[in-house]
Amino acid sequence: MTLTKAELADFLFEKVGLNKREAKDMVETFFEEIRAALENGDSVKLSGFGNFQLRNKPQRPGRNPKTGEEIPITARRVVTFHASQKLKALVEKANRGKPQQQQ
Amino acid sequence: MTKSELIARLAGRYPQLVAKDAEFAVKTILDAMTLSLVSGQRIEIRGFGSFGLNYRPPRTGRNPKSGDKVQVPEKFVPHFKAGKELRERVDSN
Repeated sequence: MTLTKAELADFLFEKVGLNKREAKDMVETFFEEIRAALENGDSVKLSGFGNFQLRNKPQRPGRNPKTGEEIPITARRVVTFHASQKLKALVEKANRGKPQQQQ
Repeated sequence: MTKSELIARLAGRYPQLVAKDAEFAVKTILDAMTLSLVSGQRIEIRGFGSFGLNYRPPRTGRNPKSGDKVQVPEKFVPHFKAGKELRERVDSN
């Protein structure tokens, strides 16, 4: 089982009382606002959950694993997520001793 | 952008909703995402990215102050992988 936008919309319908269309739209807009902020070079800090930050990576050498041919990996900007202390602690505590294959 | 700025932006987009609803909606979404990871369940948001847990095996660490060996138990840590659209938009300029 995986949490998706559809389930998040159901929660907004049940708990916040938005109608189905508003709920679906709100979930979409929630993630779109975060994407837009990151696209504009702004980091996103959601207290209690975690931070989305931007990193500029310089060009580095890479190779095509199939052919072994060397090709440079171009410089790029990437998003990194750092879970909050609170989220990390909750995840660690609840999943202590669980088998490794769980994802 | 902070959580309160995100709430303000959402409230501005939905003039028919009261500001409290935007705040409660953001809280509800983040609580559901937290609960999902806490129960070991992945999150997949098309165009945004996916959240999962990564396993960290037990290891012998050291107290950096005293140099004493300490056993660090195995654990799970949250992990995020950006989706295609987010990756491309962030790198577009």
